[in-house]
Amino acid sequence: MVLSVEKLKRKRRGNTRWGNIARNLGMILPALIFALLFFTAIFANLIAPYPYDETNLPQRRMPPAWVEGGSTDHFLGTDTLGRDVLSRAMFGAQVSLSVSLLAIVITAVVGTILGIMSGYMGGRVDAFIMRVVDIALAFPGLLVAILLAVSIGPGFFTVVFALSVLAWAGYARVIRGEALRLRNSDFVLQAQIVGASPFRIMLRHIFPNIMNVLIIGITLNIGTFILAEAGMSYLGIGIPPPRPSWGSMVADGRNDLDSAWWISTFPGILIGLVVLSGNFLGDWLRDKMDPRLRQL
Amino acid sequence: MSNVVLQVENLHTSFFTRLGEVKAVDGVSFYVREGETFGIVGESGCGKSVTGLSIMRLLPEPGGEIIEGKIILEGKNILELSKKAMRAYRGKMISMILQDPMSSLNPVYTIGDQISEAVKLHQDLPDNMVEAEVVSALRLLRIPDPEIRTKEYPFQLSGGMRQRVVGSIAMSCRPRLLIADEPTTALDATIQAQYLALFDDIQAKTNVAIIFITHDFGVVSRICDRVGVMYAGKILEAAPTRDIFKAPKHPYTKALIDSVPRLEVKDERLYSIEGQPPSMFRLPPGCRFRPRCPVAMDICGEQEPPEVKLNEDHAVSCWRVK
Repeated sequence: MVLSVEKLKRKRRGNTRWGNIARNLGMILPALIFALLFFTAIFANLIAPYPYDETNLPQRRMPPAWVEGGSTDHFLGTDTLGRDVLSRAMFGAQVSLSVSLLAIVITAVVGTILGIMSGYMGGRVDAFIMRVVDIALAFPGLLVAILLAVSIGPGFFTVVFALSVLAWAGYARVIRGEALRLRNSDFVLQAQIVGASPFRIMLRHIFPNIMNVLIIGITLNIGTFILAEAGMSYLGIGIPPPRPSWGSMVADGRNDLDSAWWISTFPGILIGLVVLSGNFLGDWLRDKMDPRLRQL
Repeated sequence: MSNVVLQVENLHTSFFTRLGEVKAVDGVSFYVREGETFGIVGESGCGKSVTGLSIMRLLPEPGGEIIEGKIILEGKNILELSKKAMRAYRGKMISMILQDPMSSLNPVYTIGDQISEAVKLHQDLPDNMVEAEVVSALRLLRIPDPEIRTKEYPFQLSGGMRQRVVGSIAMSCRPRLLIADEPTTALDATIQAQYLALFDDIQAKTNVAIIFITHDFGVVSRICDRVGVMYAGKILEAAPTRDIFKAPKHPYTKALIDSVPRLEVKDERLYSIEGQPPSMFRLPPGCRFRPRCPVAMDICGEQEPPEVKLNEDHAVSCWRVK
């Protein structure tokens, strides 16, 4: 009997189209959810059935369409002011995604730059940056966020700032470790041998080699940031009303949970779904990019 | 005699560790002429690699430091150069080949990218000229199909081929001095022979001066014109390769040559030197080879032997040699 590697491989993973899809469901489903979410957020103005601030008092607290008393006019029901929950959730996606993406970009950029500098340059630069990191990580994030919201006043950039002002430190620490490992590698020495400057080595030789760690970190962090933004909005220190955010929508309905559960429940489900998707996507990426976990 | 490219005078390099100072290179002097290969032979940890890195001024930081001495390249003491000026020298004037070809190439760039980086750092050339330089550097190391290779990544190449690429990077700007730090140690025997043959070829074409660092006397006899035998941070004997094989003067050199396996000698135990090299934290007084020396005398434990010049090219540090 001829034992071919091809055959073995096919046997093991059920190498059919459906087998492929089934195996990567952990990536496809979350990716679809994110794609749908981005689409909704970008085109919310066009596809939302109502504006997010249109009140309709006679039709307030209307249940979702499939519940007795509901109507297809308001598919997910209305809130205490008669605003359409579905429309508000769509506009809420704008806030949740833009805030957390901007915050994550700032965090990753600052954390990466400082982490690479710290790891590669070493010495005093390293000692200084790492002490700042220690301090940043010692602060309770939510308290600082509340403090900032109170002192600067709530708003889009306050939330972004509050989310990223401490979070970069975690990145800096992880990236520093990677940079430290790469600093002593032969190919960095090789770059020095041909006369590359420290800046060039950090940018061209160290940075590309920590990209996978960075990408995994970012993906795994999306959930955290969305959750943090929701938390701030829930506490009323997020984007001020009437602009909806999932967190503030949950907060809006918390007094009516027994009579109008849908006001809080749907944005709550969305938060959970997005965080879960982010984590799944991150896990999948980590498995794909880590050669030790990658299989035949 | 052709002109001297590199002159190292009384080089002292130390590492400052928590346990104290380690004098990794302790007063080393030698020179290399144009088109010549100077070998530095010695056991692991004798300071030969540190000598190479000192000349590149790429000692590991923090810790490694050149304490004193002169490194004169083409008439200029490079220890006096600023960091920036030194960067302009690296790659352009001096270059180096590291030991392990599996780790000395950046995994995320193609071969072409990595060679052209070295070219672009020192020459302001239009893209097509850079490409021509890259191909010619690959040709110099006899890499087949250089146009195809430039688009490949390190993981697509074998160890021997990668080491040729490392050589191409080192030679891409046609430096005056090439330091090869055990470039064949990670290669298997047949590839090793091929790779060594390349050095003759490169030297014939570019007239580069080569410092060849190795622990293998077989390799020395194959490619070095002159050789320095290093022990515990010092060169104990330096001479033309032929002289050192024919008439080694220092007991350590003799012992090293006796411990090279030979085909014509059968059924005999291979000679080996008793003991271990001394701890670099605590060197013995007097001659550093004395504890292992079969012909040590009283004076060897008291005073360090001076360097005796037997002729212009042959120098030995041993009390037995007069």
